[in-house]
Amino acid sequence: MTLKARVIPCLDVKDGRVVKGVSFVNLVDAGDPVESAKAYDAAGADELCFLDITASSDNRDTIFDVVARTAEHCFMPLTVGGGVRAIADIRKLLLAGADKVSINSAAVKDPDFVAEAADKFGNQCIVVSIDSKKVSKEGEADRWEIFTHGGRQATGIDAVAFAEKMVERGAGELLLTSMDRDGQKGGYDIALTRTIADRVPVPVIASGGVGNLDHLVEGIRDGHATAVLAASIFHFGTYTVGEAKRYMADHGIAMRLD
Amino acid sequence: MRVAIIDYGSGNLRSATKAFERAAHEAGIEAEIDLTDRPERVASADRVVLPGVGAYADCRRGLDAASGMTEALREAVELGGRPFLGICVGMQLMSSRGLEKTITEGLGWIPGDVVLMEPDDLALKIPQIGWNTLTLRSGHPLFSGIATGDGGLHAYFVHSYHLQAANPDDVVATVDYGGPMTAFVARDNRAGAQFHPEKSQALGLALITNFLRWKP
Repeated sequence: MTLKARVIPCLDVKDGRVVKGVSFVNLVDAGDPVESAKAYDAAGADELCFLDITASSDNRDTIFDVVARTAEHCFMPLTVGGGVRAIADIRKLLLAGADKVSINSAAVKDPDFVAEAADKFGNQCIVVSIDSKKVSKEGEADRWEIFTHGGRQATGIDAVAFAEKMVERGAGELLLTSMDRDGQKGGYDIALTRTIADRVPVPVIASGGVGNLDHLVEGIRDGHATAVLAASIFHFGTYTVGEAKRYMADHGIAMRLD
Repeated sequence: MRVAIIDYGSGNLRSATKAFERAAHEAGIEAEIDLTDRPERVASADRVVLPGVGAYADCRRGLDAASGMTEALREAVELGGRPFLGICVGMQLMSSRGLEKTITEGLGWIPGDVVLMEPDDLALKIPQIGWNTLTLRSGHPLFSGIATGDGGLHAYFVHSYHLQAANPDDVVATVDYGGPMTAFVARDNRAGAQFHPEKSQALGLALITNFLRWKP
């Protein structure tokens, strides 16, 4: 048949606990990332993403334990990001059970780090996570810029050029987050997603802004992404992963429903 | 029964180990899953699994760097006739040669080259990352009881290259990615999956169970 579009729930993990609550019925401990992972696995998620937002270095190692425990129970692909700065970080995550590792700030700071990581672990395992905001004014041609530090710090780097550069350096996939859409529930930045997806040869994951199931459909159909990432609509139980996938399938997108 | 999963510094070995343990447990099969970097453990294993992610040449280098490992693998699989399963690049290494980055010699079990996929649909991305169904070209005990085809179960793929087998009979299953790409190969006591059984949920666990029961 054909490769299916992926639905990827993303869990923010801080000090080994899920930060936003997850509203699953029968969840023993909604703060335990492993419990959430199991529930998403059972619900038919195509992949899972952990984003470690642990601030203090003391608790950095908690994520390895979370990944290891998740890999014991979930036979689904797992991407882990947040605080990945060195080859040793990647190796530890992969050994714990991650399949892919996403690199964010470290890629902006030192693009060669991406090349080094891809050489060592293969392009397929290196996801570059790109956070950008639209900076063009009304009436101007669309332009997006890379922001770091949770969207607070502008870098002056053009997002499209950066995406191409990351693929050149060996990124096997791009996780594209619109910082101005994130949390707004108004849908993905489709122009951004499509501009980059059409420009690069690797898969693009759309992220930031999902408020309803039509947004997921738009991410694939109009944004040309091959996967859609969402957090809050799943965590707060607005929709289940199963509902999302059936809805997308009903709207003509090839989905895995087994 | 002892199943050796070869640890040569490549791949997500923990999930492979866990998936084999789970499959054995659920099927009531007594099996010790032995993640090992010791050649003598591989040579004497009842079944051998070769995982692998990354580039072909790097994986081959990793295997060669483990002193005595390739010899142990050949002893168990070629001389001993023990069932063998290669996963992802572990499957690709069964070929004659890999053409990724440079030309690298493989184990030579499935004649053919590992080449970059060239989908006839230019909109398709490389690598292929995600879930796809399989088209079975011939029956094989490892697919016993597994629904394949358009309405069948999905397998999880992450790859840019595939094994172009010289002998079409070695190709058990293909995956459609802008044309048929090799998804599963087998010959005698040797089988290999381009997809990741350890990440492929229902299909993966069923295939691993079949491998644990396989009497080639």
